[in-house]
Amino acid sequence: MLTVENLQLRLNGKLVIDDLTLQVNDGEILGVLGENGTGKTTVAYLIMGVNNYKPTGGRVIFEGEDIADLSVSQRAKKGISLAWQEPARIEGLRVRDYLKLSGSNFGIEQIERCLLMVGMEPSQYLDRDVDNTLSGGERKRIELASILAMRPKLAILDEPDSGIDIVSLPLILNGIVELNKQGSSVVLITHNEKVMEIVHRVSVMCAGKVVRTGVPAETSQWFKDNCRTCLHINVPADKDKSI
Amino acid sequence: MIDYLVEKEYRGLVDAYERVGGDRSALLNNDVASLVVHENKILSASEIEGVKLTGESQEHGIMAGLLIEEDCKVSRPIHLCFGILPQEGLQEIGLRVDVRRGAEVKVIAHCIFPNAVHIIHKMDAVINIEDNASFSYKETHYHGESGGIEVIPKAKVTLGEKALYENTFSLVEGCVGKLDFDFEVSSAARSVAEMILKVYGKKDDVIKIAERVNLNGDGARSLIKTRVVLRDRARAEVIGETYGNAPYARGHVDCIELINGEEAIGKAIPIVLVRNEKAKVTHEAAIGSIDRRQVETLMARGLDENEAVDVIVRGILR
Repeated sequence: MLTVENLQLRLNGKLVIDDLTLQVNDGEILGVLGENGTGKTTVAYLIMGVNNYKPTGGRVIFEGEDIADLSVSQRAKKGISLAWQEPARIEGLRVRDYLKLSGSNFGIEQIERCLLMVGMEPSQYLDRDVDNTLSGGERKRIELASILAMRPKLAILDEPDSGIDIVSLPLILNGIVELNKQGSSVVLITHNEKVMEIVHRVSVMCAGKVVRTGVPAETSQWFKDNCRTCLHINVPADKDKSI
Repeated sequence: MIDYLVEKEYRGLVDAYERVGGDRSALLNNDVASLVVHENKILSASEIEGVKLTGESQEHGIMAGLLIEEDCKVSRPIHLCFGILPQEGLQEIGLRVDVRRGAEVKVIAHCIFPNAVHIIHKMDAVINIEDNASFSYKETHYHGESGGIEVIPKAKVTLGEKALYENTFSLVEGCVGKLDFDFEVSSAARSVAEMILKVYGKKDDVIKIAERVNLNGDGARSLIKTRVVLRDRARAEVIGETYGNAPYARGHVDCIELINGEEAIGKAIPIVLVRNEKAKVTHEAAIGSIDRRQVETLMARGLDENEAVDVIVRGILR
């Protein structure tokens, strides 16, 4: 479904993404695991085309088409969507309307179902605004509900588990599994190897590269053994010859 | 002949009122107090128990009075409708509002100038909300698309102890023309004042907003919240002033101006002053383009860029 080939991004002379190759298969949840500063969010932005990021090398191919020159909207219309690590707050936009514009043909019952799937009681949230009156955890769950409403072919979820309390985390993970069950492939970006229990494959990132891909249990253990104490964190790939 | 003209004006104004979101049935309901004014003519007026509505025609407008009797809890909002249907005209509204002790009332006002080419609409209001009384006033304007209108609303508001005053002014449909908004509130102990103002400036609109709150009583609280969106060559200056003059007074001034056009100009001047060491007044003002992250969030759900901007603008002005 998605092939990222030899992707490169150089920002202000610094190599942020270095010859990164990644494959997402139809119907799978791919975990992208890496410590802070390894380039995970940058890869998400390059796939979605946001933040004015343009690859300085390589290709992003979705369903056989190179999408590098498409706008964010065009990519979304082809079936890709992104849930941000820190979702935007939009004053005056009600939760019901935010979810409705994500799932344009949805009636209220379907919107309510999306909220219930992430553990949110519709009567408490439908008429609230997607603004800074929501806690970080609430906003993240609403972001996931909006992805559920959109039903994209490919959902990129950037650290949906970070900043989430212990009670909400299973609800978030359940929502991701439901998203996958309803037909979406998922790229699940995180630095928490414990979340990898719901994914089908794992790719580990280090200094802008994918350094290992494999089955969840083994690859997560490898990440735990090697990356937790790694000195490569936040070292640009072009400055560290040992990678 | 006169009756025919009055009826025609009434029908025309009420049709326009309904088109901009007014509730026509409320104007016909004997259980709802209402007042409909076209130019300097009072076309209809309806009182209910506990609510006295008076009106007197003047050369270029009316003098109106609204009195809510002591402890009267008005269950359904009072509806006011002011307007001018022709392209030109002058309408001066003098309004005196008295909300007696313990009374509670909501007012929904519409000001409608759908064909304005050269119109001046002035309102001078004196609003007195006594102890423990509550007055909620929501005013919505519709000005048509030409921008040939000057709107000058001014008010002096006095709040008694534990009184509540909520004022929402919305001018987001059609062109503003020239707006010179000037409200001043003086608050007694433990009263609450909340003023929300939303304006969408387009073309060559010129917007001047001045809101002042004097927190004179112990524990008085206030919020001035202003949201302005500007596009084309529209200009706005927003002055939000709050004075903390008493112990435990709390005030906040919150102004956001979104600039969506290369020639639009926004200016915000928050003034906060504290004269008592136990008072606290805060402010935040932000002027700038529409947040890129917000736009891209909506684009990632499949909206085009213009659609995304429209959702954000409508949200901030809702």
